[in-house]
Amino acid sequence: MSNINPYRKSYFDTQPDYLYPAYRSTVKRAPLQPLVQMPQTLSEITGPLFASRDVAASDYDLTAQHAGAPLGERMIVSGRLLDEGGRPVPNALIEMWQANASGRYRHPVDNHDAPLDPNFTGFGRVVTDAQGNYRFKTIKPGAYPWRNHFNAWRPAHLHFSLFGQGFAQRLVTQMYFPGDPLLEFDPMYRSVSDERARSRLVSSFDWENTMPEYAIAYRFDMILRGRDATPMETKENKK
Amino acid sequence: MSLLLTAAQTVGPFVSIGFEKASVPDVAPVGVAGERVVITGKIVDGDGLPVTDAVIETWQANSYGKYAHPDDAQEKLLEDNFKGFGRVLTDAQGGFRLTTIKPGKVAGPAGKQQAPHITVVIFMRGLLKQLMTRIYFPDEAANAADPVLNLVPAPRRATLIATRSAEGTLQWNVYLQGTNETVFFDY
Repeated sequence: MSNINPYRKSYFDTQPDYLYPAYRSTVKRAPLQPLVQMPQTLSEITGPLFASRDVAASDYDLTAQHAGAPLGERMIVSGRLLDEGGRPVPNALIEMWQANASGRYRHPVDNHDAPLDPNFTGFGRVVTDAQGNYRFKTIKPGAYPWRNHFNAWRPAHLHFSLFGQGFAQRLVTQMYFPGDPLLEFDPMYRSVSDERARSRLVSSFDWENTMPEYAIAYRFDMILRGRDATPMETKENKK
Repeated sequence: MSLLLTAAQTVGPFVSIGFEKASVPDVAPVGVAGERVVITGKIVDGDGLPVTDAVIETWQANSYGKYAHPDDAQEKLLEDNFKGFGRVLTDAQGGFRLTTIKPGKVAGPAGKQQAPHITVVIFMRGLLKQLMTRIYFPDEAANAADPVLNLVPAPRRATLIATRSAEGTLQWNVYLQGTNETVFFDY
């Protein structure tokens, strides 16, 4: 009955550690005791499932949520959600949030001296199609200062939250932009010590999806934990 | 053959922009079977300060011990109106409140039953990837034989078990560090 086909563990150094002192907020928030290793059970391989009816079709468009158009450089961000085995992840909920073109969030905690945009909230969501495709229309966010260290600036980024098909696949990440000179100084980006894994957080310019005389496009594919093709032989599933 | 798993990054301090709209503080709509429970608590950092910008997500079976998911092959009753997913944000005091039903036992490793529990992930500024933990229930005989609780060093198990307050609500606090540091899992 409990024939569990678990999700794979990540490769060495391809995920950040909890404690990364260069990002100061981790120092008092990272757990210091060793994590308790446990097998995945029914509780971890299952998780909330979503469908296109859970979002409005217009939720993909962050430029059309107010009376006027937001300021800034319009852009399309699209890509595919796949698992490590290359299989599309359909019906996945993707939530995305971001700063406005001036680098200001519509949030009471953000006191950066940059203007709010009355025509921009900075939140969108979509559900992936049968091939794992997603697409947002938005504006390019600005970089903004933060107080992690002297003269610290976050590179422009989008926040992505992903629900796959099991809670073990849950992932929140950030998408960056190609050629951004702030990346090499950013502790969050640098917290991923594997260079190849880190560079996958940077989107690429997407000429094919760029809309003539309207919007530049960026492509950003995201990969969730995958499962081995065949369930591991364990005592319980031999019964 | 194998693609590289996307690296996690923190939700940052403005997470409520992304998560507040789809918060789910009441997991069990009217009509769902089971014992109603209110779970309250707070999240505290290594300085003992409240964490006011965290998100707690929960996933659980219904009161019959069945997950609303096709990978759950247990022959148990499924309820159309129960999804089992919760999401709450901490408030200015670091507190949260979730209303749900107590789940039933579910199948565990090696043919064992798991005691009623709620699977939890936590996001916040200062966490580069989510924390994974569980909430168990007080006065539950099945806790003693739970295969996951038994992987936890005995002195730390109590951090995973809610306590019942005088008002009858369940209390479950998250201590990120310190002598009562909550048990976090890797799976």
